[in-house]
Amino acid sequence: MAVAVRAPRRRLGRLEPAALRGVMVREVVNYSSFWRSSTFSSTVDPTIYMLAFGFGFGSLVSRVAGYSYIEFVGTGIVATTVLFSGAFPAMYSTFVKYEFQHTYDAILAAPVDTEELVTGEALWIAARTGTYGCVPMLVAVVFGLDPSWGMLLVPGIAALAGFGWACFGIFIAAKSKAIESFSYWQSGLLTPMFLVAGTFFPLDRLPTWAQVLGNINPLFHCVQLVRHAVFGFQGLADIGHLAFLVAFALVAWRLAIRFMERKLIL
Amino acid sequence: MSGVDSAIRLRGFVKRFGPITAVDGLDLDVPYGTCVGLLGPNGAGKSTTMKALTAQVIADEGELEVLGYRLPGDSKQARAEMGVVPQLDNLDVSLTVEQNLLVFAHLYRVPAGERKAAIERALAMANLRERRTSKVDQLSGGMRRRLLIARALLHQPRLVLLDEPTVGLDPQVRQELWALIDRLRSEGVSILMSTHYIEEAERLCDEVTIMSHGKAVAVGAPRALIAEHAGPEAIEVYGPPTRLTEVEGLAGERGWRTRRTGTSVSILNANGGAADLDGERRVTNLEDVFVLLTGEEIT
Repeated sequence: MAVAVRAPRRRLGRLEPAALRGVMVREVVNYSSFWRSSTFSSTVDPTIYMLAFGFGFGSLVSRVAGYSYIEFVGTGIVATTVLFSGAFPAMYSTFVKYEFQHTYDAILAAPVDTEELVTGEALWIAARTGTYGCVPMLVAVVFGLDPSWGMLLVPGIAALAGFGWACFGIFIAAKSKAIESFSYWQSGLLTPMFLVAGTFFPLDRLPTWAQVLGNINPLFHCVQLVRHAVFGFQGLADIGHLAFLVAFALVAWRLAIRFMERKLIL
Repeated sequence: MSGVDSAIRLRGFVKRFGPITAVDGLDLDVPYGTCVGLLGPNGAGKSTTMKALTAQVIADEGELEVLGYRLPGDSKQARAEMGVVPQLDNLDVSLTVEQNLLVFAHLYRVPAGERKAAIERALAMANLRERRTSKVDQLSGGMRRRLLIARALLHQPRLVLLDEPTVGLDPQVRQELWALIDRLRSEGVSILMSTHYIEEAERLCDEVTIMSHGKAVAVGAPRALIAEHAGPEAIEVYGPPTRLTEVEGLAGERGWRTRRTGTSVSILNANGGAADLDGERRVTNLEDVFVLLTGEEIT
């Protein structure tokens, strides 16, 4: 009978870099086969929104909240891009990997826990939103948004917000038994949030209840933080916006892990 | 440490899903260096047991040890040292053969300097070197199955779990895979294989555990189980249904067990005493044991 040679016993911890790296390598290698379509949908959609609103609405109003309209929408659009390239890919890819490709069975049979799986996938999406988030803003530069040093902070803000939205998307996928139920989340929650975020029009002209709702919308805080990064920070208010985004990311992260564990570990 | 001589050791494993008890107090041992088969009809609890060994199913009761590690607490360490071949194909279909292996070389934490060699070794083992740049969706069913096995061997695990490794494959492809599994066994890898192909278990396994309704109903080497439960030979009587019913009645009176196989009745355990029943003698097999013990016919 073979005698087992046992390595010194070492209990593997949580959130190990080796496991996170493994999950992200899988994402990166897969991305090499679909990066074109992903980049296209993540950047072209928001750019079209921005140009449509910029030309359409911009011809009616000259200044909004103290900014020219292209400045207003060219910075606000970062949050839209974060939503489109963060929440939506997370929802669909998580669902497809779980339901159709059985990818998570394979990953969880390796030394990777659900917490590491969710974190690794969300980190990779966050890296993408950090990059994609800047694309429509750079297009706006061509149309008259003045470049500023503060724009260098925008990838970081977009990545932080993107991590939260990726986790929220994973949470939605974990809660959904069928892909059709995404419609409820999309129409009932994500679309209103995308519109009432201060991206295309300021919130301060809306009824009070809408303003209150806007203030608990993470996209609004992302819009404000990006705008202030580009045109000048406003002290305490921006610390509040940043704190809100961090809190959103943390809550969404734990929710995503909790509900994926329920789905994956029986 | 109690689990040191077994790669897998389950005691009193119970798993319930709502009102259904999928596994009902299972004991299971896989001694190091052996191949053990988990045999049973659909719904016997084989897949639940396999999933519990990677902590994707958490036991309601019982003790589970894999490679000496307690589950589920130390499951991650156990998973680092074992390979899993799933029943459902979960390869990344838009990637090439080599890319699939590269991804899992990372997930299984093969050190950077050894990754290339590990991938080459796995490709050679699965006889897929010529197809390394093919995308998975261009491979045949047999090749995909070989790639799944190769993927599970990248980190040279001491224990391999095979969940229905040849389900849905042509007989010829199945034999190819048997050769591959047999080679693993000869290299000293411990193997637990769930299957409902009796022939597969008979050929590959040192020992089998027959499961029915979440319990182990028999444990032993295939030949020993056959000798114990079915006797050395069976008498197979052909005839019209009325004749078959009559033969069953006669056998029952003499205390022999029978099994219906479509157009015939097999009389087991008669030990040569059924010569008057005008049947054909044949060697007994594990399938006879299986049907006797589980009451279920499988094909």
